[in-house]
Parts: sequence; C-alpha cells; structure tokens
Amino acid sequence: MRSTAETVVDVRGVVSRFGDNLVLDGVDLTIGADEIVALVGGSGSGKTTLMRHIIGLSRPVAGEIFLFGEPLWAGDYLEQQARRRRFGVLFQQGALFSALNVGDNIAFPLRELKVVREKEVRELVAYKLSMVELEPEHALLMPAELSGGMIKRVALARALALEPELLLLDEPTSGLDPERSVAFVHLIRRLQRQLGITVVLVTHDVATLNALAGRVAVLADRRVISAVSLEETRKVRHPFIERFFQY
Amino acid sequence: MARPRLETDARGGLHPVGNWTLRELAPHLADLRPQLAKVSRKTPWRLNGIERLDSFGAMLLWQSWGRDWPRELEISEELRAVIAAVTAHVGLRLPRISSFTPLDALVLLGATLLSFMRHVLDFLVLLGQLVLDLLFLCRHPRLWPLREISANVHKVGVKAMPVSALVGFLIGVVLSYLSAMQMKAFGVEVYLVDILGLGIIRELGPVLVALLVAGRSGSAMTAQLGVMRVTEELDALAAMGISRSIRLVLPKVLALTLVMPLLVLWTSAVALVGGMLSAWIQLGTSFAFFLESLPQVVPIANLYIGVGKGAVFGLLIAMVACHFGLRIRPNTESLAANTTASVVTAITTVILVDAVFAVVLRNVGVPM
Repeated sequence: MRSTAETVVDVRGVVSRFGDNLVLDGVDLTIGADEIVALVGGSGSGKTTLMRHIIGLSRPVAGEIFLFGEPLWAGDYLEQQARRRRFGVLFQQGALFSALNVGDNIAFPLRELKVVREKEVRELVAYKLSMVELEPEHALLMPAELSGGMIKRVALARALALEPELLLLDEPTSGLDPERSVAFVHLIRRLQRQLGITVVLVTHDVATLNALAGRVAVLADRRVISAVSLEETRKVRHPFIERFFQY
Repeated sequence: MARPRLETDARGGLHPVGNWTLRELAPHLADLRPQLAKVSRKTPWRLNGIERLDSFGAMLLWQSWGRDWPRELEISEELRAVIAAVTAHVGLRLPRISSFTPLDALVLLGATLLSFMRHVLDFLVLLGQLVLDLLFLCRHPRLWPLREISANVHKVGVKAMPVSALVGFLIGVVLSYLSAMQMKAFGVEVYLVDILGLGIIRELGPVLVALLVAGRSGSAMTAQLGVMRVTEELDALAAMGISRSIRLVLPKVLALTLVMPLLVLWTSAVALVGGMLSAWIQLGTSFAFFLESLPQVVPIANLYIGVGKGAVFGLLIAMVACHFGLRIRPNTESLAANTTASVVTAITTVILVDAVFAVVLRNVGVPM
C-alpha cells in the first residue's frame, strides 16, 4: 500500500554543541520506510540531542535533517506544521496535558485539524484507546490518576492520533517494570506491523532492543559508528558496543 | 500522493480513488462530505482504486454506508481488514460527562459548603499545628529553623521595600493633592495633616502593604510549596524525618508576621513624606509645621493600631498561602487554581479583618 524504499529520515553531517561541549560531530543516518531503528549510546552520548533535532525541538549548529525527503525547517509556518503532523512523538514521561482528561488528550491533535466532526472525534478516540488496549471508560480519567504504564499507552494513542508515518519513541520502556515493558514493546511491534509505520526509538534497555529493533544505530565518539542489524552490531569491535552487550 | 476523490461510474456506482487518509482527506473534506451523504443503500461500491486507507478514511466510508457493509462491494481483503478493525470499535461509546440538572446544582451547593467547611477545618488544623510546633521549639531551642526564618525575612521583607516605598509614596502624593484641592475650596487646609496622618497611619498603610504582600509574597509561597509537591520534594523531606510544618510553614508565617509591621512603618513613613511634599507644593505647608503638628493631631494609639494590624495581616497572608500551598495536588491545573485561590482569599480575608478592626476599635485613637 505504500511505496517502499523511500527515505523517511535522513540526517546529514549534524553537528551539535552546548557551550564548549561538542556533543555531535558529523552524524549521518538514513532511515527507510517501515524500518524500526534503535538509537543507542552511553549517557551523554547525544542520543536525546539527536532525537530533539529530528523532532525539530532544537536546531543543529551545522548539518541538515530531511524528513520525508524535505528539509525539516523548510517552508512557512503552515508547511512546517503539516510536516510535523506526519510524525508522532512518545515522550519519555508521556507529556500528557495534565489539564485535559485522557479522551481530550487523544482528541487534541484531531480537534486541532478543525475538520473532524465531534462525533467522529469521539469514535476515533474510542478506536485509538482500543488500539493501545485501554477501555472507553478510561477516557474520563485525568493524567494524574494514571499509572506509569497507562500514561505510556495514552501517550502512544495520542502520538498515533493523526495516523503518522513516522513514530519517534524516547525511552519507551523507562519507568516500567519488566513485565509491563515487555507488554508495551509487544504493543508497539504489533502496531508497527498493523499500521506499517517507521519507528525510531531511543533506548538503553537491551531487552527492548532485542524485541524491537530491526537496525541499531550506535552513537559513540560523537558520531554514528554503526547502523546495522542487531546480530551484526554485536560483532562490531568497539569498546562501547562490547560493554553494552556484555550483559 | 494522490488526492482522494470519489468517482462515479456508468452504472451509478461509487469509486473512491487516491489516498483516503486523514492528512490527505482533511483539505478536501468540505467537498467529499456532501457526496458521501447522498449515498443510498443500493449504491454499488468499488474500492480497488484506494491507494491507502487509514482509520479515519475507513470511518468516513462506514458512516456513509449507514454502518453496514454495502450490498454490492468490490474490495480487496487487505482493505476489508482495515475497515473491519475500525468497525469493531466505532460502536464503542465513550462515556459522556452528563449534563447539568437541578439535582446537580443542589449537589454542587452541598459540595461547595462541605469544601468550605473542610477549608476552615484544615486552616484550624494548620493553626493548631503551628502552636504545637512553637511549644515544641520552646522546649528544644536548638531546633529553631533560624536560617529559614532569616531567609524568609530577606525575601518577603527586605526585597519588598522598594516596591512598597514606590507605591506608598505615590499614594501619599495623590491623596494629599486631591484632599488639598477640596480643602482649599472650603478653607480648611489646616486639617490636611489630620487627614493624611490618620488615613495613612491607621488605615491605608497596613491595607496597602497587605495587598502588595499578598500578591507578591503570598502567591510565591503557595507556588513554592506547590512546586515542591509536584517535584516530590515534600515527600523527600518527610522521608528524611523532617517536619514540613517546622521547616517550611513556620519560617514563612513567623517571618511575615515579624516583617509586616516593619513594612507598614516603612510604607506609612514614605507615604507621609510623599503627602508632605505634595502639601508643600500645593499649599505651601512647611515641613517643620507638618512634622510638628503630626504628633499633636494624630494620637499615638493610631500608630499602634496600624502596626498591630500589620502583624495580624502578615500572619493571615502567610497562613492562607501555606494552607493553599499544601493542598496542591501534583498537576499543573491544581497549582494554578490554588495559587489564584490563595491570593484572592488572602486579599478578601485582609479586608474583612480590617473591617472588624474598624468596628471594634472605633472609639480608640480617634480625636473627638
């Protein structure tokens, strides 16, 4: 149903620095459609910085990022907004709007489009809730009343509200117990297959990596040192990779 | 990316083509909705022209089919699965927030009254806890939170001096100027010192400072406690076995109670200077005459009343601020609501208590 082999994310020579601290120095990474790519790296290796660049929350000092073949920052406000609506983000803490209940949180991006009728919004919210294995009754709960696992599910439903082609996950299993994190990873994999979306995730959890990642991009020494399949990554000779997989 | 369209074939059958996804449909919905609404049950459908279909597109088609599969339908298994997945769930109803009825109004009234009672009760508990803490600290003098008290004195007292001086000075000038104009008309300029002295020392000084401090320091105290709740700092303190009422509430209340009388003195003094300056420019009243007649026409009791009111207002503002600060639940909505409630309640309480003072002390310090 989708033209394959098109490039969804293309990071070219990205350089990023905080003050005198050079975090990323010439990062290159290409992610194709329907791929699941995990970004791994030690603390402070710039995984989150690179993720923020891809989302467009911060701009690199040098280099360029292309999403769906277009430069991320090209065009006017509306063009940039349209581009941003093509991807969904699951933030580490969920980032649910604490003033809105679960249903309104998921409905928020739909209502922002201003073309979907209220009745349709409600039906789509019910559908998204069932997609992340929640019940319609949960729609009236406030984010403050949710457990950590439910927050992640609601945030995932909100990220999927606009049927994105690209899903960005920042530490999807952090703060979940092993059982919940396995369940959440299965949910993500099921949705990825069902909807045929590209997934980029930042993680440092080897179990998540084993269960999800098609390809692993390793950030070390301020650049991507390898971006190959999990089995091949294990064979790469680099001190960080050897330490990372020794457990 | 093919734009979604609805084509009609020779037999009157409908033939949706293109990308039937939310993003592609959004700009063309205005055209498509009326076409979809005209569909009858008998219309045959051919769906093999659809390139992509997402849950919104599937829902749109399902709606136009009257929530049932059309009798004549040409469709690939893949698309049928997408539509079936959506239709399995669109029947699910989200629970609705029920509309407002007279019974709800009664319930709301009761809830409001009960919540008011709870506020009063919590406030009394807070006051009792403070008294207990003070007794405890008298028995264990080494545990006095002196650094916190000193920090709060600096924050709510010293740092409030410039703004209270500015406001006091301007109010003094305006009051003196307007009164002088009226008094000149009646030829009773000699009473200007009485008006300014009594008005500022007894009434305006304390109330003005209380309003300023409620807005400036009361809100900050509430927000600080609220943010500490949101970031779990309150729990961290409790886990270390440190009493939050001794370490957080008591220093704020003591500091504001101590500092407010001084702020009142300072603001009243600056306001009188402003009034004196204005009187000199307007009426030519000399500074010497003003300062000499002030103690003669304004009984010293007024100064005590003003300073005493300052202390009471300070106590009330700090306690109201801490009361609302400790009620904040860990979300942004609650933080905003309680900070607003804190300032509004503090100002209202100050004005109410001021009225009580005026009635009770009506015979004290007023020259007959």
